[in-house]
Amino acid sequence: MLHLIVFLAFGAICVAGAVNLLVQRHPINSALSLVAVMGSLAVEYLLLGAEFVAAVQVIVYAGAIMVLFVFVIMLLNAGEEERTKGSQVAMLFGIPGMLIGSVLIGWVLLERSGSQAVAVGAMPGPPKVIGWLLFHDFLLPFEVTSILVLIAIMGAVVLASHPDADQGKKEG
Amino acid sequence: MVPISYYLILSGILFACGVTGFLIKRNIISIFMSIELMLNGVNLSFVAFAAQWHALSGQVFVFFVMVVAAAEAAVGLAIIISVYRTRETLNVDRVDLLKL
Repeated sequence: MLHLIVFLAFGAICVAGAVNLLVQRHPINSALSLVAVMGSLAVEYLLLGAEFVAAVQVIVYAGAIMVLFVFVIMLLNAGEEERTKGSQVAMLFGIPGMLIGSVLIGWVLLERSGSQAVAVGAMPGPPKVIGWLLFHDFLLPFEVTSILVLIAIMGAVVLASHPDADQGKKEG
Repeated sequence: MVPISYYLILSGILFACGVTGFLIKRNIISIFMSIELMLNGVNLSFVAFAAQWHALSGQVFVFFVMVVAAAEAAVGLAIIISVYRTRETLNVDRVDLLKL
């Protein structure tokens, strides 16, 4: 019973944050509501017994990625977004379409999936077992992602580096 | 005890919110955050199915999704910065020409 109450409370925070992300016009408000969504998702992961994923969710998503977003929003001094004709058309089709789609998904899931329930900590995912999986069964994908992250770092540095160095050479 | 379908419905709602934000938002940073919301919804369904089938590899996949999302955020935000430097705008409706 307590399990269900905690799930519903943090699920409500999750949905409220996601809707707030859509409603807010200023990107910094959207970013902060996204942090709320990610934090409450970490609690949902804990309810599912995924301790490692919950910790990584808080450290990587709510910590590192969102700090990057907030940095860029403040660096570019992003203001309120303006409405254009294109966005009105997108709203006209996007919101009803997504409402219909989500109701359809929910109906199918409620009707078709059996009432299999998950107990608290039913599948304990201790970091030890996950680490063994990562460095044994998934060793090649793990190494490939490390190369991917290295390339991403270099790409980000090259893309975001100040273009004045190149322009000065051309103009001069 | 929470039925597995509740988790999947929450994940579906998050994904639908992400798609809606992707469609209706005009600020390029907000569009990027909607993509992150979609990734989070998918991660929740991964963990829920991992709990249903007692397969820990679902959680390992969530780890990989997070690594790719971090790389994508770093490169994407760098692209946003360089677009802002050349166009002086973040509105995607004003970034519709390939040439400057």
